[in-house]
Amino acid sequence: MTTGPNSNNERRPDRAAFVIAAVLALIAITIFVSTNNMPAVAAYTAVGPRTVPYIVSICLFGLAIWTAFDAWRGNFPAREEQNVNPILWIIGGLTVQLLLIKTIGFSVATGMLFAATAKAFGRGPLWMTTLIGIVFSFVVWFVFAKGLQLTLPEGPIELLFRPQAKAA
Amino acid sequence: MDTFALLAQGFMTALEPINLFYALLGVTLGTAVGVLPGIGPALTVALLLPVTYKLDPAGSIIMFAGIYYGGMYGGSTTSILLNTPGESASIVTALEGNKMARKGRGGPALATAAIGSFVAGLLATLGLAFFAPIVVKFAIAFGPSEYFALMMLAFMTVSAAFGDSTLRGLTSLFIGLALGLIGIDQLTGQTRLAFGMQNLFDGINVTTMAVALFAIGETLAVVSSKNALEEKVEAIKGSVMMTREDWKRSWRPWLRGTLIGFPIGAMPAGGADVSSFLSYSAEKQFSKHPEEFGHGAIEGVAGPEAANNASAAGTLVPLLTLGLPTTATAAIMLAGFQQFGLQPGPLLFVTNASLVWGLIASLLVANFMLLVLNLPLIGMWVKLLTIPRHWLYSGILVFAALGTLGGSGSTYMLGPLPTSFGLGLLLLFGLLGYFLRRFSYPIAPVVVGLILGPMAEQSLRQALQISQGDPMVLFKTWISTVLLILAVAAVVVPMILRARGKDLSQIAADSD
Repeated sequence: MTTGPNSNNERRPDRAAFVIAAVLALIAITIFVSTNNMPAVAAYTAVGPRTVPYIVSICLFGLAIWTAFDAWRGNFPAREEQNVNPILWIIGGLTVQLLLIKTIGFSVATGMLFAATAKAFGRGPLWMTTLIGIVFSFVVWFVFAKGLQLTLPEGPIELLFRPQAKAA
Repeated sequence: MDTFALLAQGFMTALEPINLFYALLGVTLGTAVGVLPGIGPALTVALLLPVTYKLDPAGSIIMFAGIYYGGMYGGSTTSILLNTPGESASIVTALEGNKMARKGRGGPALATAAIGSFVAGLLATLGLAFFAPIVVKFAIAFGPSEYFALMMLAFMTVSAAFGDSTLRGLTSLFIGLALGLIGIDQLTGQTRLAFGMQNLFDGINVTTMAVALFAIGETLAVVSSKNALEEKVEAIKGSVMMTREDWKRSWRPWLRGTLIGFPIGAMPAGGADVSSFLSYSAEKQFSKHPEEFGHGAIEGVAGPEAANNASAAGTLVPLLTLGLPTTATAAIMLAGFQQFGLQPGPLLFVTNASLVWGLIASLLVANFMLLVLNLPLIGMWVKLLTIPRHWLYSGILVFAALGTLGGSGSTYMLGPLPTSFGLGLLLLFGLLGYFLRRFSYPIAPVVVGLILGPMAEQSLRQALQISQGDPMVLFKTWISTVLLILAVAAVVVPMILRARGKDLSQIAADSD
């Protein structure tokens, strides 16, 4: 909150901020078009299900213009350089997990996410962290699914502990 | 019935053995998770929401209250011993507290934070108990136009009044409002912005959103940061006992912090960070040792910590009496209520009086438990700080996935492959959270906009239905007019101040 821009004296147009403005404008247009295409209902009042989406869309468009203006003036706070590789590991871990969890179950899929995250923070080897992750996730699954009756995706490992569910 | 009788009745509920157990479990979990670096109160509450899914409403909400207070206590331990304030409310604590810890006075710093939190929590919870019925009496007459005006005020204070940029605050808010539009319209049953996807008909789950923005977003921001300095946990040397001098220098800041924090939290205006900044500069003014500020002044820990906790209790006033969340944490608490079909607001005090007063009494009980849990057992929590980052964040992501799946288990068929729709949203909004952080957008307005947006829309449309479309209905009573004027002022005044090169938090912290 106190990290204001330090480089006040050299303000240049900010390309990334222009991208933000463009994305905001795109969202605004999407909301507008989608609301416009809604099937009409008999309107009893002037204010129906479309009014607020229109307002939000127009405000977002206004904010997009304002953002573009700020981007042009270089008003955005300075950003530090980023490491991209670790981010890709975590995104990869989450993607694999969401694709496979309904098939291979909570423990294995989440164990893989665990290992990918550890890898992103520089901890390997993968085979070991995956193993630790699966055991850890299984314990979590056991506590929450068995102890607290939370419904969590089941795979081969989980089904071993709930044989009656096999029939379903 | 007067407040005392109601509170006594509340204690009957809170002191039932099973509810005591839930409260104890809540404060323990809350402290344990809150103490972990990088996890603020909002994320603590969001991550632990699934634990309460299958309990009965009373037990679950009591446990929830314990988690809320526990998370606040845990956060201060982290900022004192590990100069990495997870959320802005702890920045000030870290300022002086960490300096004290480096000088080998970590024990007294933790003690004054814990006792200050206790004093503030106690007084502010009593304040809540006596203040809430008054607000309820007032609010019971509110119609849809008053509620709409109130929510407008909350939107503007959360997004525009206290950040460092009006533009970015408002943008965050409107992202939340836009996401809140998705799903079936409550009044006509029409589907909006779902793009034909059945998984979106129920709208975006608030817990998924909060966990994604706070847990995934934070993890991505931490892992990608190049100047990740090796954080050093300051060992607590000596005893946690405060000297007579420490007591003498602490008790006034505790009370002042409470006086500053509670009203700020109770007004529909911003979060805990403003109050801790204000308290910090107040203590600096009043201190007999202003030269110690910046080098480990105990007043600089005692005051802001008390303010922080008092304001956290204060936010429960608008949340319980009006159903109005003014911080991200309160927004998630509201989601917690709603999962049981309970809608906080004046009616809750009538229809569910035993639950509300049981909750308020439990907050007092939780506060006592936390004092015991945090002073003699502090060594146990400090051990949690030494968990290496790779295990810590891997664990956080496991629980983030768990919380998401517990809240929204719906399946999306990707061709023949069944995939988890909730986890897809988790990834998507996690990236959103990362980019918001990277470009200095505030997070709380997104969460508040998502949960409060549909409620505001409903109030607006009801008001206009009653008036048959005449927009002047929004200004019909003086209450709604004043609230709307305040909402406009909340945007305009800070903009003018900023244009002059100052913002509210800077004014508070200016005396550096």
